[in-house]
Amino acid sequence: MTSAPPASPNSFRNQPDSAGHFGPYGGRYVAETLMPLILDLEAEYRAAQADPAFDAEFRRLLRDYVGRPSPLWHAERLSNHLGGAKIYLKREDLNHTGAHKINNCIGQILLAKRMGKKRVIAETGAGQHGVATATVAALFGLPCTIFMGAVDVARQQPNVFRMKLLGAEVVAVEAGAKTLKDAMNEALRHWVAHVHDTFYIIGTVAGPHPYPQLVRDFQSVIGTEAREQFLAAEGRLPDALIAPVGGGSNAIGLFHPFLDDADVAIIGVEAAGEGLDKRHAASIAGGRPGILHGNKTYLLQDDDGQIAEAHSISAGLDYPGIGPEHAWLNDIGRAQYVSVTDDEALNAFQLLTRLEGIIPALESAHAIAATMRIAPEMGPDKCIIVNLSGRGDKDIFSVADALGVAI
Amino acid sequence: MNRIAAAFAKPHAALAAFLTAGDGDTAANLDALVAGGADIIELGMPFTDPMADGPAIQQANLRSLAKGTSTTDILEIVRAFRARHPDIALVLMGYANPMAVRGGAWFADACAKAGVDGVICVDLPPEEDGELGPALRERGIALIRLATPTSDAGRLPTILAGSSGFIYYVAVAGITGLQQASSDSIESAMARLKAVTDIPIVVGFGIRTPQQAAAAARVADGVAVGTAIVEIIGKYGNDAAEPLRLFTAELAQAMRAKQEDMIG
Repeated sequence: MTSAPPASPNSFRNQPDSAGHFGPYGGRYVAETLMPLILDLEAEYRAAQADPAFDAEFRRLLRDYVGRPSPLWHAERLSNHLGGAKIYLKREDLNHTGAHKINNCIGQILLAKRMGKKRVIAETGAGQHGVATATVAALFGLPCTIFMGAVDVARQQPNVFRMKLLGAEVVAVEAGAKTLKDAMNEALRHWVAHVHDTFYIIGTVAGPHPYPQLVRDFQSVIGTEAREQFLAAEGRLPDALIAPVGGGSNAIGLFHPFLDDADVAIIGVEAAGEGLDKRHAASIAGGRPGILHGNKTYLLQDDDGQIAEAHSISAGLDYPGIGPEHAWLNDIGRAQYVSVTDDEALNAFQLLTRLEGIIPALESAHAIAATMRIAPEMGPDKCIIVNLSGRGDKDIFSVADALGVAI
Repeated sequence: MNRIAAAFAKPHAALAAFLTAGDGDTAANLDALVAGGADIIELGMPFTDPMADGPAIQQANLRSLAKGTSTTDILEIVRAFRARHPDIALVLMGYANPMAVRGGAWFADACAKAGVDGVICVDLPPEEDGELGPALRERGIALIRLATPTSDAGRLPTILAGSSGFIYYVAVAGITGLQQASSDSIESAMARLKAVTDIPIVVGFGIRTPQQAAAAARVADGVAVGTAIVEIIGKYGNDAAEPLRLFTAELAQAMRAKQEDMIG
């Protein structure tokens, strides 16, 4: 397999340090009750990494259950329309359950099984991570409880029903603003009270160490495949990578195997919502470093450290923080973070659907919108890989609503 | 003797009473807790995302923030309390982000100036001590760590290193206010902790009645009550002072009576 070259001592791929820090970010800011458990999880993860049988089982499930490798599609009509760089789409939307989320859930449920845990819990915003978690829980026969903000439960009924069909219990969280941030608070509260038998499957590259690292490692299959597929197609490396960033698990999964390829530009796309001067979810563009949900990273917050509510048309990007490795990559300049508004994402959603016959998730539409700006600035001899992190079937109601169409 | 040590030098176990700053008439409520017999005040710093708290204290956080309570307001509450009660220990209890947002040195300075004796930061385990620990210690403010039912013999030395003031023993693996702590489990935990440290131990989480407080007071150096107090503030709003004084007096009496029984 043509994966990324081994990491050198000065590699960008050597983070985090042994305490879980990516530069000044990351760490383990959790209640003492959870510390023994996350130290256990870290030890168990190290053991799993060194166990060829764990890797073999992970690969087998990704291949035969998820349907990997996902294709790398040369989007010729989109490239021609934009009139610049050649655009490739990494088709994570074609995975089982329709997004990249399942890669991580497979890895974590294997860890849960290895640790002898009897049940799993997860938080979810739009319901994609909840569905992926409920799916692997069904596959492994483990009871599953999903925490979801009451507002999200009301606006994502199809996913709520999917999770229930898969056998999960869905808890509607009434605390706070009743969205993803509150769902994560409630999942942490539940976890503290059930540490002895419960595994928490965190859905993104956030939370206390070792979660940002292990989620990244499981998602890095995206970038490892894309690198190999691109080399096979073009005989060289791409000039740029573009991926949407909420917590940032699909993005880090694509980026990580390319971090030491200095000539590959890396661009993360945050949700600018109604605009950076209005309600948005762009933690790097509009936030500053702070501590939430177990890690230090860029957060939307006020001067006193009170966390602000995020807003994005895309429920998967509607979170006031970002994974700590992204915060670090931003500060050292290895990756660049741009932002895209709800309206730009809606335009990109429609454009890709019409030109390529691919309905993207609204999250992924943010990356397409950034590509619409960036590709025309690049010559036709340049190439971009865009992470099409999920399919948009779940979003057709939000899009219809935004376009004023009754369905 | 500093104020925290003085609270534990009394002939009875110390009563640590919690309320959220800015929830209700905080100055009047604090005076009521002291009048009722609280030996230590735990003043909660409200946070938008109180991950270790059950519904009652979550609501108190939201009520306070909805009124616009700022960090400046909280420090002013402390300064005014210190002027009225020069001898009663006061610790700030809360979450890392509001405490660390301007840096550990800023926070420790502000605490020292206002008259704070100690800090309990729920989501700052020893692994992240650097965030606040060195700055607080430098200014003589206690960093009060938490021990829990999951803190085994291997973990305790890590928690104890750098702890001062007292150890807050979280009696239930869970959040505030939902579960009840059993006296058997508290007793065995105290034995475990007392075997490895001389720092006073305060038991909290899951203690809400005078009877439970009295039982815990038999084996611990102090007892923390929060949710039951915050519920009274939730119920009586701006007129909570007198009910708070009565409830605190019941707690203190129960704790002291038992202690005297033991001596007699």
